[in-house]
Formats: sequence, structure tokens, C-alpha cells
Amino acid sequence: MNYVNPMKPSERMKLPRQHSIEQDAEIRSHNFKEVSYGVNEALAMQEVQRCLECKDPVCISGCPVSIDIKSFIQYILKKDFVGAVNKIRESNYLPAICGRVCPQESQCEEICTLGKKHEPVAIGKLERFVADYEMQHNLFVPPVIKESREEKVAIVGSGPSGLTCAAELAKLGYKVTVFEALHAVGGVLRYGIPEFRLPRNILDMEAERIKALGVEIITNFLVGRTATIDELFDEWGFKAVFLGTGAGTPTFMGIPGESLSGVYSANEFLTRVNLMKAYDFPNYDTPIKYGKAVAVIGGGNTAMDAVRTSKRLGAEKAYLIYRRSRKEMPAREEEIHHAEEEGIEFVLLTNPIRIVSDVNNWVSGIECQRMELGEPDESGRRKPVPVKGSEYIIPVQTVIEAIGQKPNPIIQQTTQGLDVSKRGTVVVNEVQATSREGIFAGGDLARGGATVILAMRDGKTAASAIHEYLLSKHNGKKQAIPEPFAELTVA
Amino acid sequence: MYPIIHKEFLAPTLGKFIIKAPFIARKRQPGNFVILRVEETGERIPLTLVDSDPANGTITLIVQAIGKTTKLLLTKKAGDVLTDVAGPLGSPTPIENHGAVACVGGGVGTAELLPITRALKQAGNVVYSIVGARNKELIILEKDMYEISDRLFVTTDDGTYGRKGFVTDQLKDLIEGGLGIKAVYAIGPLPMMKAVANLTKNYGVHTLVSLNAIMVDGTGMCGGCRVTIDGQMKFACVDGPEFDAHKVDFDELIMRNRTYVDLEKISIERFEQEQVKLQEALS
Repeated sequence: MNYVNPMKPSERMKLPRQHSIEQDAEIRSHNFKEVSYGVNEALAMQEVQRCLECKDPVCISGCPVSIDIKSFIQYILKKDFVGAVNKIRESNYLPAICGRVCPQESQCEEICTLGKKHEPVAIGKLERFVADYEMQHNLFVPPVIKESREEKVAIVGSGPSGLTCAAELAKLGYKVTVFEALHAVGGVLRYGIPEFRLPRNILDMEAERIKALGVEIITNFLVGRTATIDELFDEWGFKAVFLGTGAGTPTFMGIPGESLSGVYSANEFLTRVNLMKAYDFPNYDTPIKYGKAVAVIGGGNTAMDAVRTSKRLGAEKAYLIYRRSRKEMPAREEEIHHAEEEGIEFVLLTNPIRIVSDVNNWVSGIECQRMELGEPDESGRRKPVPVKGSEYIIPVQTVIEAIGQKPNPIIQQTTQGLDVSKRGTVVVNEVQATSREGIFAGGDLARGGATVILAMRDGKTAASAIHEYLLSKHNGKKQAIPEPFAELTVA
Repeated sequence: MYPIIHKEFLAPTLGKFIIKAPFIARKRQPGNFVILRVEETGERIPLTLVDSDPANGTITLIVQAIGKTTKLLLTKKAGDVLTDVAGPLGSPTPIENHGAVACVGGGVGTAELLPITRALKQAGNVVYSIVGARNKELIILEKDMYEISDRLFVTTDDGTYGRKGFVTDQLKDLIEGGLGIKAVYAIGPLPMMKAVANLTKNYGVHTLVSLNAIMVDGTGMCGGCRVTIDGQMKFACVDGPEFDAHKVDFDELIMRNRTYVDLEKISIERFEQEQVKLQEALS
């Protein structure tokens, strides 16, 4: 394979990594506009010069959906931005979303050859650039669907796994219907991820592109209640079902004071702001209450989203309380960094033990105890141990718990024969097939809480498996439904 | 989009709506509710399904104007459309033949009680119903309840209709009257349900109440509707909305339901000003 870039590898290595243009931290911490503007054409053209165009591009193996990264970068080198985004779209139908929310630093960029001695190529920013370029210049052309198939497939949930599965099946010619319980499309991309990380016009655009493939999306339809899975098969005539209902049920710490006014799950807090636009009350009817001081409990991306949202709503003090140290935080480094820039106060090695209230049953503070790190636990992270006598109260008026979610149980409870783990996740095999014939599952419903891109990989894997399943049914062959072997888990 | 097929006022602040929602109509069971949004900028509110007509694909809701959204909803008429209606949500009411039961409705809660009362009657129960409200004007569905009950009693706080007093006064008499009442279903304002729970606990009569907690999604996703039942956290939207009245922490829920009172006031004032302007523009 010839190199597109005439520059010698040694010269390429000398070039510095390009960075996104970002809103000033002080200004952005008071608005809901996107934090990062990404890279512009000039920066993107400089950045692609750095790619070594490796003979064996290892970056591709770091991508959960195996995007041909080298090829798309070579398209950019040739200034064919639409060619680049179409190359990405062969593997990933939602590039504008992944270019924004994917943890590239622990995937493709982590194993980029250039990154061994220098900084890796900014693959994620390039992905976002070509997706945004195509949108801004209105250059999207839906892929040609070569054949049409009779079978109807139901997708339950319009989050990243469901939308990806829907797109892949539609491209294969199936009649696909997506059922969404809420009034808007996107699942966690809509209710969970804030607008300052994923603007709603981007999400709306990606959803429109799914529809452009002929996919039907029915909102306000809670499968399990509005119709059961069995009814989808028997009465609606679907031949296969993909479950991508996510992990939407919040968990609470179980400490005293959680029923006080002013205590939210991160899900509720973010849903009010993101889905219902409570930040624009009273122009929008949904209210939200937040005090001058807000405490968010947790160290993951959801906690970062909640605490940065609190700051934007107007909290003067926005604390993030986490029981381990910064190093153990599961959140993306970029999110932690952005939060620090925006003036979020990190209260580390600290564990809440009680929420205290004023006479009106409103939160007035959170009692915490200091922690120190002991021996590693089963997750390999050092286990936090309380320091005796270290209890103290942080005065806050709002407490938001972001300590994790679990799958919503409605479908599992209303569908016979669906194996469910102790953690409430649906058990799947290596091709995302569940214990019931014709039913596949993926994303957080099967994983219990992972990333957008892993959910998308599951959706893609399931689409191939559904295709094979329906082909085998159609040809009257005895279909081999593999036994569920183990629960896929992702830390 | 969900068109309003029929709308009528049952009282100046109470409206009955028949809405086209075929999927929901097919699956509705007593005790189910919907989450609706009137318009694009609207909030999601839960409303109990009073009835449904699967053949015509319609559902029936009865709405009391209390907050901004319900006031706005009451300005809608046949031909208007609602942006979103999702359901049927919640666990259906467990219906069984207890022998004799009492069904107690307070205010607009009577609308929620109606489908449950009908199901209990159909299950073979002898049904004693009590319908109460602050005054005569707020007594609703008296005729409907009369038709499906073996006996119907009416109480008003001010004595403008029926017996003067609270539903609990009447309920106490029924329980003590040797009618063999084995179960009580009570739906109404929280203080009323709390009073019923306190009363029936003394007699050891099993009692179910329907909890109107604040909800956003109504599908178990936000946890805003969490209630404490027998010391355990439950979500009213998926674990309920009905619970064993003797295990409910009513005081906690009463406090939680006050969370947004100041913001609701802002919403209502703004809405009423807009309505005045609208009237002026029309006249």
C-alpha cells in the first residue's frame, strides 16, 4: 500500500498533536452550549499529517466496532471528507456521536503506534470533524439498500445499541421498527448525556439518518406494558426482537435522609435537565430545585455530567464526593479535566454516611467520613476504608446520587424464558442471543453499565446474528441457537 | 399525536376527556395510569386511566385543575391534540373476591377508584362505596359509582350534600356495622388515605391505597416517585401505584410532594397571566 502522505515518518513524528478549540471554562460553566468545538479543517489537515499510515494499523483493533481508521485518515489526507465519513459509516452509523462521547484514549488512541513515543493521533477529533463537515455542508446521502426482505424486526429502546442494530438491519433490507418508551429518541444519549457534551441537533440529525434508512420509530411505547414481547411476535408479526433497554433504574446508597426534598438520583436530575429542559423553567414546565451548594456522589461519567450540570444551573459550590482517589475514578480523563477547569470541587477519599435536613424536610447538609485506601478489592482498585472519628458535615441544599444504574426489570418480568443474572442483566452469548429463540439483547441491559460504543458493538453483533437467524429460518434449516455461555461483564 | 375525541366538564374544575390512544386502550387494566404531555414545552404528568374502549381505541381520563399542566389541559377541547400519551403504566390492581369490600373515593380520587370498584363488583364482591369531597360541587361520578355498588354513601366536609363529615366517619360505621368488610380500597388526597389507613389498622382490615407521587418518566427510571413501604424504598410508578396502606410512610410522601410548591406557583401565575392576555386578545 502506498503512502498518501509524502512526508517521512520521522518528520511526521515531530509534528505536535492538535487540540480541539474549546469554550472558555469560566464562560461555559454558566451555559449549556457545547464545551468543545472540535478541530476545524486546518487543524484536521495538520493532524492527519501525523498518522504514520502503519502497514499493520493496530488502532483498528482498539476500536470496538473496527472502524477502518487508517483508510478514513487517508481520505482526509486526500481532502475527501465525505469519503472519510462514509468509510466510518461502513462500521459505525453514528460518527457524530462517537466522535464526541467515545473514550478514544482507552481504545484506538491508546494503542496508536505514534503514541508509544509521542502523543497518539487525535483519531476521535478527526472522526468528529468529518461527521460535522458532512452535516454543515449538507452532504449526507443515505446508503443504497440493495435488497428488501419480508421479515419485520422489533428493536426495543432507541439508545445507542438499538439505533445501531436498527441501522444495520435496515441496510440489510429488513423492515425495522424501534419502540421507545419516552417521547423522544436516543435513550441515554437523550436523557443522560448533557447538551454541553452532545448537542441535541446532532442527536436529532443522527436519528433522522436512521429514519432515512426506512426505520420506523414509535415513541411513547413501553414494551412490556403497551405490548409484551410475546405480543410483538404473535400479534404484530415480528420475527426477531432486539432488546436494548439499557440500565435505566437508579440505585441509591441506602443512607439515612434519601427521602428528603432536594435529594435526586443522577438519572432524575439529568432527565429533568436534558430531556425536559428544566434549565429553561418556566419556559419549559418541568421544574428542578438546586441550592447554592450541590453535592454529587460518585466518580463516573454520570457523576461528572451531574456536577457540571449543577454548576451550569447556577450552583455556587458544586462538590463531587468520591470515596477513592482521583486515580481510581471511572470517569473519562477528559471529563474529569473539564470538570476541574470549570471549578468543580473534588472531595476525594470521602464517603457520605447521612443526609441531614432543616425543619422543612429539605436537605441542609451531607455528613461524610474520610477514607483511606487499603488492600485492592475484587475490581483491582484499592478498597477505601473509613478513618475513625473523621465525620464532618458539608453544608449543601441539594444531593445527587450517581452511584450506578441497573437494568429496568419490566421486560424481564413480562417475558417468559428470558435468563436474567443476579444483577438484573439479560444473559447473552457471544452473538448477543438470549436464552429465548429470536430474542437478542445488548448494551447496558446485557452489560449492566458500560459505554456508548460497546453498546453499539453489541447492536452490530446482534444485527449480524439476527440476519443469520432469519436466513436459517427462511431456508427452513434447523437453526442453531447457541447456549448462553456466560454473562459479558465490563468493569 | 393523541387527539381529544370528547371533552366535558363534570364540575368547574373537573374535566372528562376521551382520547384516541389505541395501543393503551387495548391493554388497560384497573389501576393503570398514563403519563401525558400536553404540548412540546410541557411536563410529563401521571393520570389514572378511568376507562377504555378497545373497539374504538379510546381511553378516558378525568382531570382536576390543580397545577399548571392540569389547568392547561382543561382549556383543551374535542379536536385538540395532546403531544404525548404513554401507557398503560404501573402494576394493575390485584382484584379478588374478598366477600365484602369498601371502596372509598375522595375528590378526584373517585375517578381513579371507579374502574377498580367495577372490577371488584365483577369479581363477585359485595361492594360498599363511599364518595366524599369538600362540598357538593366536587362530588363526582355519583351515578356511575351507584350503578356498580351494592350501596353508595356520600359525605361532604361542609354538609352541602350527603352526610356531613369525612369519608372515615362513614367507613367506621360500615366496619363496625357487622357487614363483614374484608378489604378497603381508598383513593384520594394523601391526608384522606392516611386517615383511612389509621382507621382500618385498628380493625385489622386489609387496605390498599394508590399513591400519587411526583413522577417524571413513569417507567422506573428516575426514582423521583420513591416511597417508603415498610421501611423499604419502592418506586410508585412500577412497584405501585397501589400499596398496603398500613405499610406506607404517608408523612414522608406528603413532605416530598411539597418539593416544588414554590415553582408550581410561578408556573400557575404565568399561565393565568397568559390566559388573561389570550382572553383580551380574543375579545
